[in-house]
Amino acid sequence: MIGEELVQLLTPEGERVSHPEYESSLTNDQIVSYYRDMVIVRRLCTESTSLQRQGQLALWAPIQGQEAAQIGAGRALQPMDFTFPTYREHGIAWCRGVPPADMLRLFRATSNGGWDPQKYRHSVPTVVLGNQALHAVGYAMGVQRDGAEEAVMAFFGDGASSQGDVLESFVWASSYNAPIVLFCQNNQWGISTPMSVQSKIPLYHRAHGFGFPGVRVDGNDLLAVYEVTKRALDNAREGGGPTLVEAYTYRLGAHTTSDDPTRYRIDAEVEVWRHRDPIERVKALLVREGTVKASYFDEVAEEAEGIALQLREDVLAMGKPDPITIFDHVYADEHPLIDEGRREMVELGVAGGGH
Amino acid sequence: MSREVFLLPDVGEGLVEAEIVSWKVAVGDAVVLNQPLVDVETAKATVELPSPFAGTVVELHHAVGDVVEVHQPLVSIETDASAPAPAPAATPAEASPAVEPIEQTREAVLVGYGVGDEGAATRTRRRRGAPAPVAPAPVAREAAPALAPRSTPPVRLYAKQHGIDLAGVRGTGRDGLITRADVEALLVGAPTPAPSRPPVTGPATPTRFVGHDLAPWASGPEVERIPVRGVLRSMAEAMTQSAFSAPHAAVWVRVDATRTMELLASLKERPALAGVRLSPLAIVAMAVCDAARHFPGVNSSFDADQSEVVVRRVVNLGIAADTPRGLIVPNVKGADRLDLVGMARALNALVDTARAGTTAPNDMLGTTITITNVGPFNVDAAVPILPPGTGAIVAVGRVAPAPWVLDGAVVVRQVTELAMSFDHRQVDGALASRVLRHIADYLEDPGPRLIAG
Repeated sequence: MIGEELVQLLTPEGERVSHPEYESSLTNDQIVSYYRDMVIVRRLCTESTSLQRQGQLALWAPIQGQEAAQIGAGRALQPMDFTFPTYREHGIAWCRGVPPADMLRLFRATSNGGWDPQKYRHSVPTVVLGNQALHAVGYAMGVQRDGAEEAVMAFFGDGASSQGDVLESFVWASSYNAPIVLFCQNNQWGISTPMSVQSKIPLYHRAHGFGFPGVRVDGNDLLAVYEVTKRALDNAREGGGPTLVEAYTYRLGAHTTSDDPTRYRIDAEVEVWRHRDPIERVKALLVREGTVKASYFDEVAEEAEGIALQLREDVLAMGKPDPITIFDHVYADEHPLIDEGRREMVELGVAGGGH
Repeated sequence: MSREVFLLPDVGEGLVEAEIVSWKVAVGDAVVLNQPLVDVETAKATVELPSPFAGTVVELHHAVGDVVEVHQPLVSIETDASAPAPAPAATPAEASPAVEPIEQTREAVLVGYGVGDEGAATRTRRRRGAPAPVAPAPVAREAAPALAPRSTPPVRLYAKQHGIDLAGVRGTGRDGLITRADVEALLVGAPTPAPSRPPVTGPATPTRFVGHDLAPWASGPEVERIPVRGVLRSMAEAMTQSAFSAPHAAVWVRVDATRTMELLASLKERPALAGVRLSPLAIVAMAVCDAARHFPGVNSSFDADQSEVVVRRVVNLGIAADTPRGLIVPNVKGADRLDLVGMARALNALVDTARAGTTAPNDMLGTTITITNVGPFNVDAAVPILPPGTGAIVAVGRVAPAPWVLDGAVVVRQVTELAMSFDHRQVDGALASRVLRHIADYLEDPGPRLIAG
């Protein structure tokens, strides 16, 4: 299942292993800090799922199982790098500094985005499958033309990798040698479609056909994801062009709160992946190496609990937007057709106006 | 302490209802925030709903098996003072640059995605057997501000062009939507349809309907929805499957059943048969079995998957039984091997068991041919639908005195009517006619046939 080419630096049992090309550069402080990230992000996710089940969110896309892939990648980014997420990149958003409540605005349907992308160097979630890969490559080509020392990262899943948009982005990234990391979290299931149906070859092999390197990394291994992503980002900033990173991971929960994974996959498979839990293996490493006091884990859990309760409070207090604001971000500048639509909406009494 | 009501949310992007699968708490239980309360099954998935409140459960608004509409009360919880507050009034804690809160607004939703409570006030909860739905308790939710009158943009434009102010107009469309017709009615000066109507009159006694006690016309709700499950679901599925797979045809005949009735009357006086309920149905059952012996082709089923007709040389005689739960069709296994007394006893046991609601699933499997007896309802005949996987079903009407031509003279005889529906894929009209005539002949002179076959 996991081939020899999989980059792994930490086994599911929490033991460090060596790899001929990659070596962990993380300090103990970093590992301790990233463990905290993963625990908090998982807790934010369970709270968000509860909020959806309580009618406070229209939808939620759970992250459980993919914390190492996202925290590993998110922490490898430099502040000026720019990221283009799907609707599941809560871990990346966390690393970029997006306030947790803002991550939920889209899912509460009070915003079309939720935050200022420039402020956090993190685009708003793209729900249209795979579309953000084109945005990201376009942005990367802009970075190239600006001569900026920035890398761009596009996130997508195994399901989106079958989309034309993603494959087109590969073509453009390759043709222009764009400074981009195409980060695919292969969580094995495109909603109910298993990976085996979507691709006859490992996903990272696809990169070779487009003319740039592809790497498969153990997506449940924080250490390996960090190193692989960091090298790909450095390469992009240095003019080395695109890299496809396939983070081989598993979605432990549902695709979104709207589907029931027990209808399309067997418990035994989920059980196998539970033993590869990305958080548990870092915890095992910290315990094994005696990096932290035993009380640390409880402290982190307690902190995560507090952040989750704060999230709940913030979400329940969110105001409703004026429908008229839907016109605000269609174009950067004024546009006669948009102005007309806005005027008609006020005249028809749908919106309150105030513009 | 305050009483909070958890409304059933739309947990799957546009769902309208969910069925209660199991409660994980009971009235009086203390619950903490996010503690699982209930499993519900939607059209998409079975999901566990966590508690939005900490406190004590004071009411479960629905029983297991109930189908609840989205935004209807699910569970009431007396909250602790220290528990996190539910959604407060719509005062934003913070305003992002992109989203400026305003007072008057509809809830913004993504296309096809909804989080709102729109329509919650106008929908009635769907629960069978509860004649007067309980008004939902006050619910702490984001205060619903006054909305612009509900209509559609073209109708708003139409109204505006004709100088009609929609404020205060009572829409007649779904959920109070103002339609073009409403605006047109205002334009011609006609009042919108008045809600007042003559008082409803009707009998005050409840009736049985598909296994339910149906509230009387005068006191029940105007519209009632009954969940399709249990016996009703079985009936619906079986009849739909049969009606749309087996091409049905029917034959019928009037029968002079005088001798059958005389025979039954004489048998009832035999001391040896005391305690055995003998009815015309028992003779009809004997006749149907005899017809099957003479024409095995009618005791058959059509196996479309194998492209074969399956002829059976055993009769598992199905009897359509009207029970408190609804229609069920158990069968007498090996009915062709029974004599009249055995048949009568078997039928009595079958019907008693069915009415008691204790029919075993196996007793309803493997029917080869069926009788439905509409005589007790005092009607003459019926053209029934076949139970799936059978070739014929015989309907028996009431036995009643009627004029009959006997030897050229009109006399009064005990007359009944027989009808038989058959699967015309394997049973043709000629075979069906012969079979029904055989049954009719049997009833017209049952004595010799009961003794000598």
